[in-house]
Amino acid sequence: MINDEIMDYIGILAKLELSAEEKESTKKDMERMLAYFDKLNELDTTGIEPVSHITKVQNVFREDMVTKGDEHEKTLQNAPREKDNMFMVPKIFG
Amino acid sequence: MDILSYTAVGLAKAIREGKTTATEAMQAVLDKIEEVEESIHAYVTIDKEKAIKKAEEVQKKIESGELTGALAGVPIAIKDNLCTEDMLTTCSSKMLENFVPTFSAEAIRNLEKAGAVIIGKTNMDEFAMGSTTETSYFGVTRNPWNTEHVPGGSSGGSAAAVAASECFFALGSDTGGSIRQPAAYCGVVGMKPTYGTVSRYGLVAYGSSLDQIGPLTKDVTDCATVMEVLASHDEKDSTSIKREDTDFTSALVADVKGMRIGIPSDYFREGLNPEIKDAVLATAKVLEEKGAIVEEFNLSLVEYAIPTYYTIASAEASSNLERFDGIKYGYRTPEYEGLHNMYKKTRSEGFGEEVKRRIMLGAFVLSAGYYDAYYLKALRVKSMICKAFDKAFEKYDIILGPVAPTTAPKLGASLADPMKMYLADIYTISVNLAGLPGISVPCGMDSKGLPIGVQMIANSFEEKKLFRAAYTYEKTKRMSKSVKCAE
Amino acid sequence: MHKQYETVIGLEVHVELATKTKIFCGCSTEFGGAPNTHTCPVCTGMPGSLPVLNRKVVEYAIAVGLATNCNITQYCKFDRKNYFYPDNPQNYQISQLYLPICRNGHVDIETESGKKSVRIHEIHMEEDAGKMIHDEWEDCSLVDYNRSGVPLIEIVSEPDMRSAEEVIAYLEKLRMLIQYLGASDCKLNEGSMRADVNLSVREVGAKEYGTRTEMKNLNSFRSITHAIKAERERQIELLEAGQTVVQETRRWDENREESYTMRSKEDAQDYRYFPDPDLVPIYISDEWIEEIRKSQPEFREAKMVRYKEEFDIPEYDIGIITDSKHMADLFEETTAICKQPKKVSNWLMGETLRLLKEKSMDAEDIVFSPEHLAKLIGLVDAKAITGTVAKEVFEIMFEKDIDPESYVEEKGLKTVNDEGTLRKTIEEVIVDNPKSVEDYHNGKEKAIGFLVGQTMKAMKGQADVGLVNQILKELL
Repeated sequence: MINDEIMDYIGILAKLELSAEEKESTKKDMERMLAYFDKLNELDTTGIEPVSHITKVQNVFREDMVTKGDEHEKTLQNAPREKDNMFMVPKIFG
Repeated sequence: MDILSYTAVGLAKAIREGKTTATEAMQAVLDKIEEVEESIHAYVTIDKEKAIKKAEEVQKKIESGELTGALAGVPIAIKDNLCTEDMLTTCSSKMLENFVPTFSAEAIRNLEKAGAVIIGKTNMDEFAMGSTTETSYFGVTRNPWNTEHVPGGSSGGSAAAVAASECFFALGSDTGGSIRQPAAYCGVVGMKPTYGTVSRYGLVAYGSSLDQIGPLTKDVTDCATVMEVLASHDEKDSTSIKREDTDFTSALVADVKGMRIGIPSDYFREGLNPEIKDAVLATAKVLEEKGAIVEEFNLSLVEYAIPTYYTIASAEASSNLERFDGIKYGYRTPEYEGLHNMYKKTRSEGFGEEVKRRIMLGAFVLSAGYYDAYYLKALRVKSMICKAFDKAFEKYDIILGPVAPTTAPKLGASLADPMKMYLADIYTISVNLAGLPGISVPCGMDSKGLPIGVQMIANSFEEKKLFRAAYTYEKTKRMSKSVKCAE
Repeated sequence: MHKQYETVIGLEVHVELATKTKIFCGCSTEFGGAPNTHTCPVCTGMPGSLPVLNRKVVEYAIAVGLATNCNITQYCKFDRKNYFYPDNPQNYQISQLYLPICRNGHVDIETESGKKSVRIHEIHMEEDAGKMIHDEWEDCSLVDYNRSGVPLIEIVSEPDMRSAEEVIAYLEKLRMLIQYLGASDCKLNEGSMRADVNLSVREVGAKEYGTRTEMKNLNSFRSITHAIKAERERQIELLEAGQTVVQETRRWDENREESYTMRSKEDAQDYRYFPDPDLVPIYISDEWIEEIRKSQPEFREAKMVRYKEEFDIPEYDIGIITDSKHMADLFEETTAICKQPKKVSNWLMGETLRLLKEKSMDAEDIVFSPEHLAKLIGLVDAKAITGTVAKEVFEIMFEKDIDPESYVEEKGLKTVNDEGTLRKTIEEVIVDNPKSVEDYHNGKEKAIGFLVGQTMKAMKGQADVGLVNQILKELL
């Protein structure tokens, strides 16, 4: 069901690079889990709305007022690498 | 009286009455930690100096009358996925090994305002993914009742710390049973409140639609008292609910006359350890004798909760954990070539196996071509599960059943087969799917001397019914309240 | 080329909304500012932080939806769009896919080839990304999250446009509507309005659309026009050579006037959208929509009709003035003060347009206030300054909105109408220009103009021309 190609593809989406061994065991676990997920197909869900939010709460808003000041020191406090108060990342082309 | 044998409420009262002080209590806890931590390993981070200093400050405020609350001066432990300003918050992951938040979770701020004093941060399954606390990057936590066994998880460190008197109560988080199950395994009280009752601001998210913060305590009174402090409407959390009925301690009444209790017969089928079955049914009996009306019924859809839960939880987790990329905080791989290599190496090295497995699974069920078949299907079944509960609560005030199919397994027995581990969540996860409140209360011991927990579930916003039933049971049964650590 | 091709274009237009704060946190949206000074845990994706929606964003989105004839989705939600990129701190962008706030609208455009309606597929709300800077010295990139979380709406059109001309007309129409609403300043060069062009070609008469590409990084009408031309040609060349067009995102390089693919093995373009569990659904009641509808401003068409009835100014002027909300506001407010629409219009149509063109500025960039323009008109009316001086003062006012009255006072620019002083100057001019005096006496009426000019020059423009004429004739 899940081939290596799919594993590599999901690795690109999730930005994970599994070792050959990890890939094999994860693949097996995923296959078992997905086969188990297929159990849901036993249920007829025609006409049932998918529920993304269980709470009945709606319309939670902030008013458009500035409440934050300059927090750049906190923002950068945990940065693995920084320069000139910016986060340093590998060079991006283009 | 030995300071450590106080409950949290009892301790605060003793401090208020001048029988002891916050500083003495803190010192006693730190001594206890010194004594047992090597065999238990409940904590990831302990800041002794800060804890003592803070306890001294709080003591002064209690003396001056500035702090008068029911938790003032009580030393507490915090699960390590709750942000604490200026104190490491690792989620028991290499990814956040050095992460120091710049703000504290709202739940912690509420406790601190009430005068509780933080001892440190407790061990957990990495990013709360697991049921044994064995997926922690910092090593396992052991069950204080028998150190060959796990404390449960993911809030295993918090449960063990309470059980071993390494704190007076602890905070945990519950996405699929992560408070109730370790509470049961460690013989303490644990509650997952109605979704939206405790602000999630500052909780490092696993499954945002399922996560709730809650207490692990020595008894039901402590649980209700802590919940009263935790529950607040927080404008920083859009899913936080404004509630007027959070005077939970008012429900601490030993009376269940006329209370309708439903026992879901489908919770008592194959897979449930007979000793647990007996203990749970005995609990129902106790409540029945106190005037409750107990009835068996068929909840339905129970076996569909696990695939539904793991689809939704892993999908949300795959997205929630995308932010850990080596740029803004946390671990970054030392060597890389270019951006994408940096991402992949950082995340592959920073996350443990279980976390990676769930991220992969979650990314898969959301990916093009599978979204409808898996994710949307799960959301539809979730709707059916919610309706099944709605139906049950038309007839019953609370649902009573087991927390887990077994008592605490031996170390190493669960991880070998993740699928089996997931199946053990069967009684707890539907509560998260439906956003309901659930409480786990000690109700006995198995033949190996490991605690058994009973779970009570109520409709949304009806925590008071849970407190009432649990309190009645506790008062009647008089379990050995101060749990002893197997030293 | 033996076949005839038609270009099919749809647009995705991103507009930064003019809110004071970001879409999900209380950080300022102010432009500029040192790196990461407008950031907090929410807009930098700190663990444990949660978003809370800015009400104003919803209101602006509804307002734009109503102005573009959309249906408002009364029950709408936010979704997460998952992709890794450093400018996106959570590595997912909060956007809307399944239930966008507005759907099925249209705007009418007018080009030389006639009137046309461009359908709008949807408008959705989302958050902007941070800014990346390349650091040559360290050979790395640097990320600043000041723009991260600035609210955007994305307006997605149907593939209804067939030429660059229609695209520009459509964008100008959107820009005008949104500026009228005050929902954004819509500046392409500053990035507060950005257009991605989806383009495909097909043989004339074909029913099916061809494979489209998406072009990004178009920062001006000029680059949009160039990119459309280049992409049309590139696709036709591929098809003529028997090759196929690949559906992909391309990036326009204005300097080289060509585009290149943004595809890479690491970008799967599979965004795994799902409803954001951290944000609750939005329910937009009929009352709320009505409230916003009622507070919509008077748009251009209505303004043009009213101006024609109310003010005696040429239709052409009305067209230009109402083309920009800012200009129209200036016109109306100045006129309300000085009650001279014709004169106000003259200043706007003449000197203002000239200076805007000269400095390549937009009407939205005008800084002078209606009060000051009214004062300037008043000074001329009262003959306190001459036309020449007025133009000089206006230039300064255009630049830094000075108060013309105090400026004229300070710099001593008031018109001289003291007869004694003038008479003395004119006597000198007559003595110095005997030839012109002679010409005048020989019947050359025009010569007097030269003498007036000489007098004005001697007076540095600050003389009452009428009085100069009168004294000259008398002395001659």
